[in-house]
Amino acid sequence: MATWKRTRGFWVSVILAFSFFVVVEWLIASGTLNIFYVNTLFFMAINVILAVSLHLIIGITGQFSIGHAGFFAVGAYASAIMTMKLQLPFAAGVLAAGVAAALAGLIIGVPSLRLKGDYLAIATLGFGEIVRIALLNIDYVGGASGMTVTHMTTWPWVFACLFATILVIANFTNSTHGRACISIREDEIAADAMGINTTYYKVAAFVIGSFFAGIAGALYAHHFYIIQPSNFGFLKSFDILIFVVLGGLGSLSGAVVAAVLLTIVSTFLQNYPETRMIIYSIVLILVMLYRPTGLMGTKELSSLFKWRKAAQGGMNHGGKNTVA
Amino acid sequence: MAAKTPLLKAENVGIQFGGLKALSGVTMELYQGELVGLIGPNGAGKTTLFNLLTGVYVPTDGRIMLDGETLNGLPPYKITRKGISRTFQNIRLFGELSVLDNVKVAYHAHARHSIASSILRLPSHFRGEKEMEEKAIEFLNIFQLDGVMHEKAKNLPYGQQRRLEIARALAAQPKVLLLDEPAAGMNPQETKELMKLIAFIRERFALTILLIEHDMSLVMGICERIYVLDHGQLIAEGTPEQVRSNPKVIEAYLGEEVS
Repeated sequence: MATWKRTRGFWVSVILAFSFFVVVEWLIASGTLNIFYVNTLFFMAINVILAVSLHLIIGITGQFSIGHAGFFAVGAYASAIMTMKLQLPFAAGVLAAGVAAALAGLIIGVPSLRLKGDYLAIATLGFGEIVRIALLNIDYVGGASGMTVTHMTTWPWVFACLFATILVIANFTNSTHGRACISIREDEIAADAMGINTTYYKVAAFVIGSFFAGIAGALYAHHFYIIQPSNFGFLKSFDILIFVVLGGLGSLSGAVVAAVLLTIVSTFLQNYPETRMIIYSIVLILVMLYRPTGLMGTKELSSLFKWRKAAQGGMNHGGKNTVA
Repeated sequence: MAAKTPLLKAENVGIQFGGLKALSGVTMELYQGELVGLIGPNGAGKTTLFNLLTGVYVPTDGRIMLDGETLNGLPPYKITRKGISRTFQNIRLFGELSVLDNVKVAYHAHARHSIASSILRLPSHFRGEKEMEEKAIEFLNIFQLDGVMHEKAKNLPYGQQRRLEIARALAAQPKVLLLDEPAAGMNPQETKELMKLIAFIRERFALTILLIEHDMSLVMGICERIYVLDHGQLIAEGTPEQVRSNPKVIEAYLGEEVS
């Protein structure tokens, strides 16, 4: 009974997620969703994966990294090499994308995570640019003209990757390991003094975040037919950063909501190419003016339900008090 | 004290920041179960000594030993795991985390479930987290913080934040507890209660405690031995009575006699 209580929320979200999957799958199969909406949906999911993976690094661990597009690029190219050059199946491409990006995260993370704040931001920004310029100059991957990639990304793949990303990062966060990361964000000196191996957890968060950015890269590469280094510039890094900040630093659901909303806004604004960036920027400014801590603050969607329960006269802490 | 070998020993320890000698030639011994005070005027180097003992700074001279093992050059988290835990002069809680989670973080070093087991939600994750929660609540009970355990640490009143810091330091399960001005900013009543609490946890957890304090009456009241620092050097040590009547100490605190 206790186990059921503890995991009830989890199973409810799993069931909701799978119903969503089945409904969308049916809509796509029956042709109700046209190619435009499917495109938007895939792009949304890719953005959510990117936002959630960066949320782990910035929102949870407090390491201000702005080179996330670099890992996205590493994943995209690694998977494209696997499927296009080596003729391996898409699954191998996705896996290779994650592993390659995670390795890049490890190599970049170990030296640069000694830096703090602004310095780390500049170092990671530099990494993103190095990746882009390196790809630009490697003829094997097509240089500036990029690589053409067969369309292989399907809704089951997108959904599976999205689901895995959120599940892994939520589970990591809601454990002693996640708390260790949050303690680093809150006060690194105190975390160290309490026996937390701060370097280890900063690198761990960085590697896990990079892994999923790489996965997003694989989905992206096999959906848009062509990948070019210019798709992965620092503006892309800022796009991802904006999802995380706008959603509320430290809130996973915030990152998801912001990524979904901004993808919708940006897609809708494609009808007005002249004013698109102006309106997009105004939306950002307004949100930051009226919700300076982001859409969700540090709260999660699930806490809204708890709040409602308390208002109805239920238990204040969702039964946590009974443990003692 | 019955034990012959000191539990924590600083041997001729010193540190230099550029040309500035912040501490030099400090030798200090703590025996199992002792409650020792460390006093001195502002800027004498008390907190610097704490930072050396906990690995925040690496001493440029001398050795620091715990249970016969040299600690020099180990990172703070390893020293904490070997058994030295501390509180901070300016409170350093994890503000956005709940009171309960603050204590759990300190217990983290004793958790045995891996990152993989947490991600996959294996049984070892649930066992480990449950054990952590029970332990953390046990510590909060002792410090009478169990009523506020789901509050964010930053929202606690000052006195409770101070107590939470000690609870958190204890949850790391140290052999030696270093308290940096635990009574700073407390009123006399709170200070008195705090002192009772320190005496109690010392018995209960068989702790050795080193305490920095400004409030002389307080240090004199509960410490068995006292070290006095001034200008980065030890100027006196001994029982409270010996220290109180030591002319060097009087000079450091009250200034030189006008002749």
